[in-house]
Amino acid sequence: MVKMPPTVTKAIFLLLLVNVAAARADGAGDPAAITSEGGKYLDKDGNPTFKIGPDGKVDYYSYAGFVRYSANCLACHGPDGLGSTYAPSLVDAMKRLSYGDFLATVAGGKRDVSTAQTLVMPGLAENKNVMCYIDAIYVYLRGRADDAIPRGRPSLHDDKPPAYAIAENECMG
Amino acid sequence: MRRFSTKLMLAAGVSLSAASFAGPAAAQEDLLKMQANSADWVMPTGTYDNHRYSALKQITADNVGKLQAAWTFSTGVLRGHEGAPLVIGDVMYVHAPFPNTVYALDLNHDGRILWKYEPKQDPNVIPVMCCDTVNRGVAYGDGKIILHQSDTTVVALDAKNGAVAWSAKDGDPGKGETGTSAPMIVKDKVYIGVSGGEFGVRSWLSAYSLKDGTLLWRAYSMGPDKEIMVDPEKTTQLGKPVGPDSSLKTWQGDQWKIGGGATWGWYSYDPQLNLIYYGSGNPSTWNPRQRPGDNKWSMTIWARDADTGMAKWVYQMTPHDEWDYDGINEMILADQQIGGQMRQTLVHFDRNGFGYTLDRATGELLVAAKYDPAVNWASKVDMDKSSPTYGRPMVVSQYSTDRNGEDVNTANVCPAALGTKDEQPAAYSPDTGLFYVPTNHVCMDYEPFRVSYTAGQPYVGATLSMYPPKGETNMGNFIAWDAKQGKIVWSDPEQFSVWSGALATAGGVVFYGTLEGYLKAVDAKTGKELYRFKTPSGIIGNVMTYQHGGKQYVAILSGVGGWAGIGLAAGLTDPHAGLGAVGGYAALNNYTALGGQLTVFALPN
Ligand code: HEC
Repeated sequence: MVKMPPTVTKAIFLLLLVNVAAARADGAGDPAAITSEGGKYLDKDGNPTFKIGPDGKVDYYSYAGFVRYSANCLACHGPDGLGSTYAPSLVDAMKRLSYGDFLATVAGGKRDVSTAQTLVMPGLAENKNVMCYIDAIYVYLRGRADDAIPRGRPSLHDDKPPAYAIAENECMG
Repeated sequence: MRRFSTKLMLAAGVSLSAASFAGPAAAQEDLLKMQANSADWVMPTGTYDNHRYSALKQITADNVGKLQAAWTFSTGVLRGHEGAPLVIGDVMYVHAPFPNTVYALDLNHDGRILWKYEPKQDPNVIPVMCCDTVNRGVAYGDGKIILHQSDTTVVALDAKNGAVAWSAKDGDPGKGETGTSAPMIVKDKVYIGVSGGEFGVRSWLSAYSLKDGTLLWRAYSMGPDKEIMVDPEKTTQLGKPVGPDSSLKTWQGDQWKIGGGATWGWYSYDPQLNLIYYGSGNPSTWNPRQRPGDNKWSMTIWARDADTGMAKWVYQMTPHDEWDYDGINEMILADQQIGGQMRQTLVHFDRNGFGYTLDRATGELLVAAKYDPAVNWASKVDMDKSSPTYGRPMVVSQYSTDRNGEDVNTANVCPAALGTKDEQPAAYSPDTGLFYVPTNHVCMDYEPFRVSYTAGQPYVGATLSMYPPKGETNMGNFIAWDAKQGKIVWSDPEQFSVWSGALATAGGVVFYGTLEGYLKAVDAKTGKELYRFKTPSGIIGNVMTYQHGGKQYVAILSGVGGWAGIGLAAGLTDPHAGLGAVGGYAALNNYTALGGQLTVFALPN
């Protein structure tokens, strides 16, 4: 990612917010897929992103992200990333978080414990069931934040790319 | 009042009944006697038989419509509030979720705080607690209040001033072992269960000395015979000895070591048979393909000797679970006429959607029937004693997530993983002979996949989405159940799952709470609604009643949360509604918000 002075970043952010109707944007900027690498789509900054076909068919990462989100995050963040009585909405959070922010929080955790609340996001860096799929989870939540992926299980998705299967096996061991 | 100086009593502004402070040897007699006194609520389950029935009858079907909030109390904690307070004499003991604050409230002064105890716990335990930092209540025995903290510390507090008498550590949250369940005290022992089925914890039930907190024995849910405290010749399942290595034989390799079988439900006790009863939970992981075999003794009803801990009989309800039908729900002990014969029965409403009636002395299976007609994963439980599959559920292959395999989505399984009923306990009225059961009416899609185990990290292995049964919009029912015949007598639909424990009373009124926050009273015979009051937050606590100063009170903890708060906050979607359908069902978020509060009700003077 290109490093910019904070004021510039903020200005761009505001600009993008105003432009939501025209071009979608989340905490990582414009999610439009520019390139792809073995079934994983990347935006103009090289961050992972989703790709949705005209029939609503989602790329494999978005689909795998739905599955892995539901297994590893839903128990706190609620169905479809919408938040719960226990943890905040990630659909909202992803409108603000960059790819780097996201990775840092999931790996390292986050905590806000006071007399008023007891919010603890566990650090998941050692959890293979999460970290081997972190890009998929990111892509899925990014798609949810941009309103590109609806609630529930995506009904159509691309086949599992061979590169994905190889990487998965290597990572899970 | 034997052991108190008058000065101390005056200072505390309370008088405690003499029975409460008799010597340690008398603890059992005290509790046996005390539980029979309906003015008090001396244990989390009301009585040892878990009836959650009160002989109090000032509040009746005729006058309950006039019920009013008498006083309220904020616990100062926002998370999900399960369980119910205790009342002993003039004092009420109220517990809260993490940080597990305990309050002693003076009933002579509208709940003035006599003492407060708040343990210091490492907040790292919070995210290890699957589905909220709930706590299901404290227990009383021998002048002590026993608290089971989130971090599995068991602490005994002096009931009169909150001073710590002893403390013991039951598990290690670093490995995913946490505490949510309410203790039970029988004679000189405190029984403590463990949570962590979603973290691969090989679970156990511990017995501690009430006197000083020494660990007396620990019985695991799976493993070698000695560690599960099973006698291969004497312990039976459905009348037959279980034989050697009954658990080990049903797991592949060492998988039993991370086998789950949590024990965080409610416990019951039969003083005549000297047996304690409880259920063990789901095997870990949720991916059935990764753990071939029956996975004994997960998903099992246990009857253990209250003193030695040895298992008398076991019954595994869901061998080789494929749906997370966690078997921890309460065992209600009631004597009932079945087939023209009076039987000592145990009634259990399992997550798997079957209501079981067993002989509690022998473990003989008498009735197993669906208590929600939507239940579809099994056609029935095989009741043919000569069949090789006697006592086993007849799984419908379409809904077998094991048969369908990894990375395959098995759709429309009823009930969902939260079960036709979860921990929210049912009540039994000896007056009507009916069981009053708070239920979920929710189905699911379930997709298992391969997971790897890391100590202290979630070990789940399946993705699921939930929704009401096809063509229906209510996500819960409050039902009356005839356990002799296995039949629903009446059923009141509820918009959300009913996640509150029920209370039956001699006044012919049954109480329960709803997730929107209503305390409701219904007619025990017909289910007709007689009263409702909207409390400040959703109810996942259990209704209790007591008498003070000659007047009957009803109390309930509000404070939405738990699994219900997580799953239903944003509302469920209807997968049958087609692409892009949003918010198919009501979102709990639109009805209630966090906040722990006790509301105490009474009739106007
Ligand atoms: C045990 C409960 C729990 C689990 C499991 C969990 N989270 Fe969290 N998460 C939380 C809580 C609580 C917070 C809020 C922490 C705070 O505000 O300090 C949070 C915060 C976050 C944030 C930061 C939100 C923001 O506004 O900055 C992200 C991103 C996040 N979680 C992602 C995930 C992902 C992805 C997963 C699954 C891989 C996950 N979480 C699993 C409880 C959990």
